[in-house]
Amino acid sequence: MNFGWIDKRRIPLAWLLLTRQPFRLFVALAGICFAGILMFMQLGFRDGLFDASITVHKLFDADLVLISPRSKSSISMAGFPRRRLVQVMAHEDVVGITPVNWNFLLWRNPKTLSTRSILALGFEPNDRLFTDSNLSRKAKTLTQYGRVLFDERSRKEFGPIAKWFREGKRIETELAGKRIRVTGLISLGPSFGADGNLITSRETYLDLMPNNPPGSIEIGLIRLKVGANPYMVRQILSRSLPKDVKVLTLKDFLEFEKNYWRSSTSIGFIFSLGAAMGFVVGCVIVYQILYSDVSDHLPEYATLIAMGYKLKNLFGVVAREGFLLAVMGYLPAYAAGQGLYALVRSSTNLPVAMNASRALFVFFMILFMCMISALLAMRRLVDADPAEIF
Amino acid sequence: MKNPTSQNSLLFPSVSIKSLSHYFGKGTNKRRILDSISMKIYPGEVVILTGPSGCGKTTLLTLIGALRKVQSGDLNVLGTELQGSRRRERQKLRCQIGMIFQGHNLLAFLTSEQNVQMGSDLLNGYSYSERRAQARQCLRDVGLEDELNKLPHDLSGGQKQRVAIARALAARPQLLLADEPTAALDSSTGREVVNLLKKLSKEKACAVLMVTHDPRILDVADRVLKMEDGRINPAI
Ligand SMILES: Nc1ncnc2c1ncn2[C@@H]1O[C@H](COP(=O)(O)OP(=O)(O)OP(=O)(O)O)[C@@H](O)[C@H]1O
Ligand SMILES: [Mg+2]
Repeated sequence: MNFGWIDKRRIPLAWLLLTRQPFRLFVALAGICFAGILMFMQLGFRDGLFDASITVHKLFDADLVLISPRSKSSISMAGFPRRRLVQVMAHEDVVGITPVNWNFLLWRNPKTLSTRSILALGFEPNDRLFTDSNLSRKAKTLTQYGRVLFDERSRKEFGPIAKWFREGKRIETELAGKRIRVTGLISLGPSFGADGNLITSRETYLDLMPNNPPGSIEIGLIRLKVGANPYMVRQILSRSLPKDVKVLTLKDFLEFEKNYWRSSTSIGFIFSLGAAMGFVVGCVIVYQILYSDVSDHLPEYATLIAMGYKLKNLFGVVAREGFLLAVMGYLPAYAAGQGLYALVRSSTNLPVAMNASRALFVFFMILFMCMISALLAMRRLVDADPAEIF
Repeated sequence: MKNPTSQNSLLFPSVSIKSLSHYFGKGTNKRRILDSISMKIYPGEVVILTGPSGCGKTTLLTLIGALRKVQSGDLNVLGTELQGSRRRERQKLRCQIGMIFQGHNLLAFLTSEQNVQMGSDLLNGYSYSERRAQARQCLRDVGLEDELNKLPHDLSGGQKQRVAIARALAARPQLLLADEPTAALDSSTGREVVNLLKKLSKEKACAVLMVTHDPRILDVADRVLKMEDGRINPAI
């Protein structure tokens, strides 16, 4: 057998260099793994934060959303006149509206009696609020005064509400200093802005917030006819409405919230910096390992040059070492990342998960890290002088 | 000894040196190490170069091995003119020259077989398995067929030097340069190694230039050159 393409195969020097020095390989892989895990965690937290900031937003059943231009984010929503929302009904493409109140209220943990602020949504129980149709059934119980639906995925600091509810206990506690009763559970999830959520009727909501002007709402949901173009309708509406409201498509509404966390806070920067630190630490470790590996084998490299190998061949050996390190270091980092994400999800309820783009991004960062280090370590090869080895 | 190619050998020496000089250092520290050396080595010849320490033997060897730039004089090795040569030409030439060093200079992380295959991997146009077969054959030639999978660390000094010889021969060189190949060996092992070197080079019609201090092995040479103070004394 003599296939032209097999002919080029040679002794896999890079692989043997790495595997016949297991301790050095272990240190290098540990360093790369550490850098990879750090990047996975920091980027995962960053993306998770941005995704977590819209856990409630993305459930809304709406094509367009009205908010006050003074609203900066979910944790500082300003009110606007409810009339504005009614006005949009004049447009032929609008088929439904839902006025929503949105604010943070103090919830008393019925077990420990300590208080904590919770996100409360108020709406007319007969309106459509979320795309999930389960809610409308449960919402019927809200027509009675003083009833709330509690988010079972709220942090446990609010009390063992879900557990008690399933056990059939009657749960009564204080919300904003007034007595309320939990008549059902919903599943939304905490966000960075809110540790827990609850839903109540507009009537109850206004009673809990006596200072809130009755004609004022924080969010107006607008549903359009099937086939209507939300961008066109938005344009028309924003031209016809006064400047005390802003019209957003649902997608813009989600971006509006994410953008707040991204730009108005340094959270995005901090997590990106954390990831960058991982990158730099990884670079330093891999460079150190490869550099000392080249230095230790300099006489052997010089021998190879004396035998007739090209400097290019030796560069290739170091580059291949970098590539192998990247691949071998990435795999455990990926596995550890998956494990830690699961841990974070179970202990914080944050929607942190591996996704293809982050998995690829971290792989390329690790590859970049290893190749840069290999490139720098190659400079040492120039010192391999075959005339000095006799 | 009758050389079947003696007619050609006379026409095409493997190594041809004409008034080659070499200097180390700069300015006032500049010292002449080689002083207009002239000589020829023919295919199949075993030439031994001896002389006191520091007389420039290794320097001459590295020049012939295309490991240094030629400063002045003419140096032609296997048809390549080294004066003013390009890097690529020197690299190509090195593929055709086998080198054996005082220390064995084996790659510590490769087995004997892999070390020798580093030599045969330099051959163009052979498949991986052919090159490995070549490596095994060379190890068999030096009597190490049972040590294929040992790392240099686990071999004795004489065995290491034999692996080094196998590696040098695996690339099928036309010229073999050896710098004190027996220095690290006891006298009987040294003798064995040198005999082996001579036998294999004769079989493969490969010219050998060997530097040695050891007077007991001078008799393997077809010719002994004495060097002193950068000059080669008339051949004995
Ligand atoms: N890279 C160098 N720079 C400066 N001087 C050098 C260099 N290499 C060798 N020399 C000098 O050149 C002279 C010849 O050295 P060389 O190594 O050729 O001697 P040698 O004949 O091989 O000696 P030995 O038998 O001890 O190996 C020595 O005086 C040495 O000090
Ligand atoms: Mg010497």
